[in-house]
Formats: sequence, structure tokens, C-alpha cells
Amino acid sequence: MPEIFFLKLALILYGIATVGFLIYFYTLKPEALRGARWVFLAGFGLHTLSLALRTLALKAPPVISFHGATSFLAWAVVGVYFFFTLKGPKVYTLGTFLAPVVLLLVGVALLSPYGPTPLPPALRSIWLPFHATISLLSYAFFLVAAVAGFMYLLQERQVKRKMLGGIFRRLPPLESLDRLNEMSLKYGFPLLTVGIITGALWAEKAWGSYWSWDPKETWSLILWFIYAALLHERLIVGWRGRRAAIMALLGFVVWIISFFVVNLLLPGLHNYGRWT
Amino acid sequence: MEGGLRERLLLVGLNHRTAPVEVRERFALEKKGTHPLDILRQELPQASEAYFLSTCNRVEFLLVTEEVEETLAGLKDLLARETGLSRAQFEPHLYVLRDMEAVRHLFRVAAGLDSMVLGEPQILGQVKEAYREAARRRTTGPILNRLLHRTFSVAKRVRTETGIGSYAVSVSYAAVELAKKIFGSLRGKKALLVGAGEMAELAAQHLLSAGVEKMLVANRTFSRAVELAERFRGEAYSLEELPECLLEADIVISSTGAPGYVITRETVKPLLRKRRLRPLFLIDIAVPRDIEPAVNELENVYVFDIDDLKQVVEENLGRRRKEARRADRIIEEEVLKFERWLRELEVYPTIKALREKAEEIRRREMARTLPRLRNLSPEDQEALEVMTEAIVNKLLHAPILYLKMGYHRMGREAITTVRRVFDLDGDLENLSPEWREILSAGASEKD
Repeated sequence: MPEIFFLKLALILYGIATVGFLIYFYTLKPEALRGARWVFLAGFGLHTLSLALRTLALKAPPVISFHGATSFLAWAVVGVYFFFTLKGPKVYTLGTFLAPVVLLLVGVALLSPYGPTPLPPALRSIWLPFHATISLLSYAFFLVAAVAGFMYLLQERQVKRKMLGGIFRRLPPLESLDRLNEMSLKYGFPLLTVGIITGALWAEKAWGSYWSWDPKETWSLILWFIYAALLHERLIVGWRGRRAAIMALLGFVVWIISFFVVNLLLPGLHNYGRWT
Repeated sequence: MEGGLRERLLLVGLNHRTAPVEVRERFALEKKGTHPLDILRQELPQASEAYFLSTCNRVEFLLVTEEVEETLAGLKDLLARETGLSRAQFEPHLYVLRDMEAVRHLFRVAAGLDSMVLGEPQILGQVKEAYREAARRRTTGPILNRLLHRTFSVAKRVRTETGIGSYAVSVSYAAVELAKKIFGSLRGKKALLVGAGEMAELAAQHLLSAGVEKMLVANRTFSRAVELAERFRGEAYSLEELPECLLEADIVISSTGAPGYVITRETVKPLLRKRRLRPLFLIDIAVPRDIEPAVNELENVYVFDIDDLKQVVEENLGRRRKEARRADRIIEEEVLKFERWLRELEVYPTIKALREKAEEIRRREMARTLPRLRNLSPEDQEALEVMTEAIVNKLLHAPILYLKMGYHRMGREAITTVRRVFDLDGDLENLSPEWREILSAGASEKD
């Protein structure tokens, strides 16, 4: 399968980019960052090619197996990285923290079975590409929000304890990390909302009911409430900084449960996530 | 006579390390009537080029001269006269550097490596100004012009290739750097000055130039607050209004003379929610401290006291010292480059003399031969000219190459050899008659 070959190539490039980002973190040489970003972008290109080939092969978006969903998520995270590189606050060391996550996701995707899974007729619907891709895209934003939150807490610790050494100098101003967190949330939350709604509409078409409380749906709703609360507090009460960072990390933990634990271990309608 | 460059560089000076302020202030000659460069030009003609630098931490003369010792003695006499100090009083504080030592010193000074605050950038501006002054008085020449321009680009190279200037080494500047690490940009932020003092005002000045939009000033004596507020174009408050000020401010600099805490956890905590958890950065430069340390534990609130800031400065100085070692390597490289240029300058007159001599011989021989050749068309004459020129150039190619390359290996010896072999100084023509006889006998034997 050529798409797997290209995915493996992308994995290698992501690995090289990760090393480049680490070298940048250590030396702070702008050339290292530039190099790492170009390699990361090249990996993204091959990854895109791999996903396109898989879409053609399956005649459906490559998001219906656990392999496909993880691969697509990793792709979206890289996309969000470049989106924020162009449009967001300057966080030069974001790649150092984000690239390993991408590497891990692609690794997991390649370890999980990727044989073509035939789509049950019940699930064939035009809603499928919308529901799945939009939900995964929102996860990508939340993942970046969590990484920004982690970097925020790390940097805040340096400032509070007056440890103004290497890590302090390599991490950006607290304000930039908080802005990154906020921006991710503002893009991620509407996407998650649309993802859940399209899922409900699709469920109505397939099974005649909008909501059937299967574990995936329940956990997604919990996720939605966490991010809704965070966004509300941010906009209305003015939460920021430490609390916002902690909430983003909490959301990340819930997401891990909903994505890995629920998909792989609990039975339900979202059995795309079955390992086999 | 030997060929080449006989000008040498001589640097004489004193600085904050070698001389106490009582001596340094006497040397601030530019403030006492006639400019020292004018005096030098009048009374020390041995110095063909001169440059004079005077800052509050150093005074330096850089001269180009052919008679180093004489010039040095003359300069010292002039200094004794102008400063009113005896030579014994200032000589122990002077440093005298020659040639590449002088070049290295100038490069280090301009890069801030010799400054009291390592790596400070103002010195480069002062060196530039000193050069402009010398150029205006026309006391610089080809060597100093080249050297000073090199100096500027070396200093720039050190600044861009090392981090010598990138770590804050004053308490007030360290505070501003920290603020930037919390807020990103300081544009549109508001700062509050509680109490007054030199360091606090300096920090306020730094904050304003970093983009802080508004300055609030709170003081126990309101009139003093008004006075300070006017200076920073801010707003004055009394100390009782501190909570209102804290509600508005993003950055607080506190330096009152109060015996106890002026800002406590109880003052700040109720404000957090009203501030919508906006980050608050408090800098406490008072001793005894103004801000209760527990304030640092509040959410999105950061307190730095004077010791924290001093520690930052100390660490940054260490980083600058490390960068200074890298800077010295760059300077070594540049000193070598300049030395090479100077050497080529030394070779140049010999090359010129060689060419002139050859050209003279060629012309003389042409003038002797051409009248004897009749029936030459102008084209034929032209061809002869071209041919003889080509012969000369091809013959000279090797000795000139030998001069340029050999000079780097053997120094003056190469110049001497070429000058002797081609008799560029006319030594052979002035030989005693016996020698000429012996030499011409040898020549006729060969015939």
C-alpha cells in the first residue's frame, strides 16, 4: 500500500524535524528552527499525499478506523502548528513540544492495523466526512491548547521560583502562551460543537435517534462542557493564565479517555475504534 | 634605506582600572580650552595621524608615527604640561601599546570588552564621535581612517555574532526584561511607581521607553508625587489610594522608605477578581521590603525583590563574560586581518618603485632605439611599445608575487631582497670607485 509507505516516510521526516526542534531548543540558533520547520513541512506534504491516496483507495475519508483517525489527527496537529506559526503569537519553541506528540500519534497509527475496513452500509452518509474530520480537527486545536498550557505552567514555575536559567530564556513570554491557549480554544470549541451536531444528525439518519448515550457520545459531551466552561470563564469572568492552562490540561486528560480508552476498550456505536 | 612602511601605531591611555578618578578628571583635556588634537598637531609634528578618545572612564591617544620613542616622550611632556600633573604622578597609570597591541585594544574598547559594565553599547558611539572629531580636525590619515572603519565593523560583528549585549546587567534594566517575559510587549501597559528613588525612577524611564502607556505615581507626600508625575507625564495619587492604583496597574515599582510592608497579601487578594486576573508584576527595590513575600503566591501575580534582581544581574554578567571570550576570538581574527592589510601597505611602495624603475629603463631604451629604426610605420611603433611593455610586465610578475607572498612569510626580508636585487635605492650607483671597478671587471669577464 503506497499510502503506508508515504506515511512511514512522513514519520521519518517528523522524527528528523523533532531532532531539529530539540537542537533549536538547545542552541537557539535560528537556522536550526528554520531547518526543522522546513523538514516538518516536507513531512506534512508526504502525510497529505498519504491521506489523499488512502481516501482514493477507500473511496471514503480515511477516518473510519483507529489507524486513520490517529493519522488524520496527527496531520491536523501539524496543520494547526503551521497555522499558528503564520497567524498566532510568536512561540518559537512550540515545535519542540509539539513535534514529539505528532511523532507519537503517527507511530501509534502505524502500529494499529490499517487493513481496509469495509464501511457498514448503515454508516454510509454524506455526514460522515463532516462529522469525523471536523471532530478530529477540533481535537488538534485542543491538543495545541494543552501543549501551550503545559508550556505556560512550566514557564510560570520558572518565574514564581525565580529560576531564570535556560528554560526561562527558551520559553516565550507568559502572555504569548496564554494567547496561544486562548486562540486554540476559540477555534477548537466551535469545531467540536459542529462535530457533535453533525454526529447527531448523522445518527438520526442512520438509527433514527439523535443521541443514544453510547460511551463515546457521553465523553464527548463531558469534553464539550469542560471547554464550554473554560471559554465562558475566559470571556465573562476573565480567567487567564494559570487557571486557563490547568483547564486546558484537564480537557486533554478527558480527551485521552474519550479517544483512546473509550474507542479501544468500551463497546459502542463508534466501533471504528476497535483495534481489529 | 630599507623600503616599506615605517609608520607605527602608538596607543597611550588610562582608564577606570588603571587610574583613580582624580587622575582621570585631569585628563579630560577636551573640556579645557584648546582641543588636544589641535595641540598635538601644533606641537608634536612627529605624529602624522592622531585620534583622541575621552569618556568618563577612559582617555586614550592613538597616534601614527615613524619615531615611536620620541613621540611618546613628547606626548608625555605635553600631557604633564596640560594636566598640571608631574610625570611621576601619572606615568604609573598610563598604558602604552604599540602596533597590533594597540589595534587589539582599540577593537576591544569599541566592542565594550574593556568597559566597566562589560559589553555596554554606548562606548561604540563615543568611539565614533571621537573619530568624527579627529576627521573634522583633519588629524587622521590613510592608516587611522582604515583602522577606525575596521573598528566599527568589528564592534558590530561582535554584537551580532555573540550575545555580549543581550543580557540585562543593571537592576532597572533587568526589571524591564522580566516584565517583557511576563507581558510580551509592554505597549499599552500601565505602570505604578510607589515611592521614589534613583533606581525606581531609572526603571520607570526604561519602562516608558519600552512602550508603557501610562505612569501612575503614589507617594506619602503628595507634592512629591505630583512632581514625579509631571516628570513622567503621569497621574499623581496619595498612598491611601494605593488599592485603586493597583487595580489599574500592570507593573508596580515600589521603593518607599517605609519600615514595614506597604503592599500586603490582604491588599492585593481582593483586587484579583476585579482585575479579571490580569497578570500583575511587582518589583520591590526597597530595603526594608515594601511588598509582603506572600503576594508572590497569588494567582498571576509575580513579585521580585532587590535580591532576586541582583541575582539576575549577577547571572547575566556571568553569561556576558562567557560571550566575551567568544568576542575575543573574533577580535583576534580581525587583528590578523588588519595586520595583513598593514603589511600589504608596507609592500606597496616597493612594488611602485620596482614598476617605476622598469618603466624608466624601458622608455630610455625605446628612446635610444627608435630614432635608429627608420621606415617604421606608426603601427610598427605601437607594436614595439606593446611588446616592450609586455616584456617588462612579465619580468616583474615574479618579483611582485614574491614580494606579496614572501612578505607574509619572511616579513621585511622579502622587501630588502627585492630592493637590493633591483637596486631600487640606488646603492650600487653610489658605490666607491674600487668596487665599481671590481664589479665591472667581473662583468667584462663574462663577456
